[in-house]
Amino acid sequence: MDENKKLNFNPHDHVLVPKHTKISEEEKQKILQQYNVSLKQLPKILRLDPALQNIEVQKGDLIKIERKSPTTNKAVVYRVVV
Amino acid sequence: MSEDYVYKKIKSIIFSFMSPKNIKKMATAKIVTSELYDKEGYPVDGGLMDTRLGVIDPGFRCKICGGKLKECMGHFGYIELARPVIHINYVKKILDTLRCTCVTCGRILLDDEIAKKYREEIKEALAKETAELARLKVRKVIEMIKGIKKCPHCKEKQYSVKIEKPTTFTENDKRLSPIEVRARLERVPDEDIYLLGLVPEHARPEWMVLTILPIPPVTMRPSITLETGERSEDDLTHKLGDIVRINQRLFENINAGAPEIIIEDLWDLLQYHVTTYFDNDLAQVPPTRHRSGQPLKTLAERIKSKEGRFRHNLAGKRVNFSGRTVISPDPKIELEEVGVPLIVAMELTIPEKVNEWNIDWLKAFIKNGPHTYPGANYVITPDNKKKKITNETKEPILAELTPGYTVERHLLDGDISIFNRQPSLHRMSIMCHKVKVLPGKSFRLNPSVCTPYNADFDGDEMNIHIPQTEEARTEAEALMAVRSQFITPKSGYNIISAIQDSISGNYILTKESEYTKEEVAQLLISIGVEDLPTLKNRMNGKEIFSLLLPKDFSFIGTGKDGKSVVFRNGKLEEGIIDVNSIGVGTGDLLRNLHNYYGQEKAIEILNNIAKLGIAVLLKDGFSTGIADTDLPAETWQQVQDLLKKAEAKGFQLLDDFKNKEIEAFPGRTVQETVELRIMEALNKVRDQIGNLISDQIDETNHSIIMAKSGARGKILNVTMMSACVGQQALRGKRIEIGYRGRTLSLFKKGDLSPLARGFIARGYKQGLTPQEFFFGAMTGRDSLMDTALRTPKSGYLYRRLANALQDLKIEYDNTVRDANENIVQFKYGDDGIDVSRSHGGTINVKKIIKEVKGGIHG
Repeated sequence: MDENKKLNFNPHDHVLVPKHTKISEEEKQKILQQYNVSLKQLPKILRLDPALQNIEVQKGDLIKIERKSPTTNKAVVYRVVV
Repeated sequence: MSEDYVYKKIKSIIFSFMSPKNIKKMATAKIVTSELYDKEGYPVDGGLMDTRLGVIDPGFRCKICGGKLKECMGHFGYIELARPVIHINYVKKILDTLRCTCVTCGRILLDDEIAKKYREEIKEALAKETAELARLKVRKVIEMIKGIKKCPHCKEKQYSVKIEKPTTFTENDKRLSPIEVRARLERVPDEDIYLLGLVPEHARPEWMVLTILPIPPVTMRPSITLETGERSEDDLTHKLGDIVRINQRLFENINAGAPEIIIEDLWDLLQYHVTTYFDNDLAQVPPTRHRSGQPLKTLAERIKSKEGRFRHNLAGKRVNFSGRTVISPDPKIELEEVGVPLIVAMELTIPEKVNEWNIDWLKAFIKNGPHTYPGANYVITPDNKKKKITNETKEPILAELTPGYTVERHLLDGDISIFNRQPSLHRMSIMCHKVKVLPGKSFRLNPSVCTPYNADFDGDEMNIHIPQTEEARTEAEALMAVRSQFITPKSGYNIISAIQDSISGNYILTKESEYTKEEVAQLLISIGVEDLPTLKNRMNGKEIFSLLLPKDFSFIGTGKDGKSVVFRNGKLEEGIIDVNSIGVGTGDLLRNLHNYYGQEKAIEILNNIAKLGIAVLLKDGFSTGIADTDLPAETWQQVQDLLKKAEAKGFQLLDDFKNKEIEAFPGRTVQETVELRIMEALNKVRDQIGNLISDQIDETNHSIIMAKSGARGKILNVTMMSACVGQQALRGKRIEIGYRGRTLSLFKKGDLSPLARGFIARGYKQGLTPQEFFFGAMTGRDSLMDTALRTPKSGYLYRRLANALQDLKIEYDNTVRDANENIVQFKYGDDGIDVSRSHGGTINVKKIIKEVKGGIHG
């Protein structure tokens, strides 16, 4: 990540930033199979996204985002790093 | 499987420029003269209507393919331009190319290594990723080159190329003619072209400067023959005529060695004509006009915007077997019916295949002919010939009619139709109704389906469509029948319900009315309920209402007054029926019936309930008038006291303010606080008056019945008529604009009293003072303008939203995906709840458990 673009605080400390976690290759394949999709059909997240700055990611990784939703307590979303 | 039927398959599509070679290759004629027809009226060879370009007149044959009108689909021609011209749609790309390449050597202004790196990246993006990504990289290259002043290859100094809109390029304030531009583009080597986002074998940059122009076939620009016998040419032909004419003149002048100025003027003119030929709606270019002054519709105008090919001809079409007329209400027809005027029923037809069982039945229609109802308009023979039924053809058609023929007969009661009102904002805007042929000239619909269509009868028109095949009819009935649209998918509440008078009627009925046996029988038979049980000699309204319900129906709801409405074993035992039971969205009773007895039963019961309400009103009469707003003398006195007190309170607050005894609300100034408190006091008094009226006025007052049952209007409306209109507010504040320091010139400056700031202390019946009337007009105008401005804005917003979301779909795995199967949501709404089976988006599990265990619904 571009050094000077790095935030000087941890965005995950903020209440509104949902939890981002990298998913293992094995689990990633399982999820792709579960939804019967290719990586291109999933929502995307930019490699430079501030929420990913503390996670070691590369293109093609799958990120699991757990957030609150107006309709449920926990909504899980997967995004592909691009 | 599918391979059996696919004999050609599109693998890929390439969008590119058309090369001069290509244009010549596809052309069949060179156009050299702007003349269209000769003296005899035949198309001139080498003219724009050359028969080699296709035929548009009957009797002619195409010189190329020999096809007749409609057989030959036309062929392209071309004209050789005397001087090259810029293609208006590629001006930006040309500019980018000029800026990024060297003046002398034509190479891209990048080191070989960097160029190579990016070339590979772009090639790879094109091959493996999306075109969008490649475009992004090209943008980056172009951005990068922006500052480079020296060619890295030949070390030549670079000058910045500027554009003078629309089509003139300049370098160092010197004009670059299209010839020079083209020469420069030609110099760019193939390998460098990739870096500009073009693929050289399909799109050489110099092709963006036109040297030869394709002429579209005449079939694309047919001329119309007017009644006078005069020919009127298509706009495109006109425009092309201009181009050819100027082009010929330019040729002549060049050949004659005319002075450079004249040639340049003509050249510019040619450029202008070619530009407007592509797009006649450009900024900085005056549009070409007809003699009448209306602009020509050239190529771009044919395609874009609302009247263009997409939105006018492809996304929307005119259809047969449809009708449109004014709508009016008819509470006597069934909920699922639509009243169709006789003249419409005789115009719209249903094709009925003749077989040995229905032949006699169908013959009767033919005997009636097209002008007697129920008749038939056409028959179709087994070899697909359409024959019109007239008095002359009637006999022979009857004689030859055998199984295999098709008869297009008039609409009959019970036929399937699709009924629609624009704007079709949700799926309930198009529903399937059964036809009921009626006299008159308007479509009739049951008032209960006004809500889904959002229709009223102040002049609304609606459309009807008659499905022509068995499949279409079945589909319409199964998917879009009125009964299947009982619940709206946006909240899970009912959208079809009793409205207006039906609610008032049931309210009166279930409140305290009592009828004799004979009256009850009459009431029920008049609404079509015929299998009556043994009736008691005297029955109260609740018992009558119960007759419409299933015998095992139990449910507890809440009335508008907060009291319970109790049904036990099909009997209304307690409570009054009002909007909360049978109204739109709130119709608890209806929703429960729908849940436990199904669509069909729910519609049937609703139909009866609505009709019963109307029948009750018809029996005793129901109307509203000025007398409804009369107040008893005692109430009137109380109202005046309340008003006086409120006004006094206002003055009191102002006095306190003057004496600095008011404490400011948090975050407010003292002045704002006073304003707020005055507003509050004045608004409160109107509510108090409302409560007073609601309590003290006669319960049989029709206006009050409507308000209390929720059929129409609120107590507030009665208050405004009979007692006090109340405080007028602009932008959430009391009225404060007008003269300096006062609202109207009759008030003293700085007068903050209620009456000087828009409080209307009188009712409409009593009459308003001039200043009160004026305040009312101020807020009235404000809200009028507000709605007038908001409606189109929100309409456009909705259009954009609907277009963006239109093919999102919930898959079987509960994910929401677009047309390419891309995932948009991993679980529909994050909770996977089908809103149309929920209560406002939530599911009450406890309630369901209770019901399953047994017990009363509700």
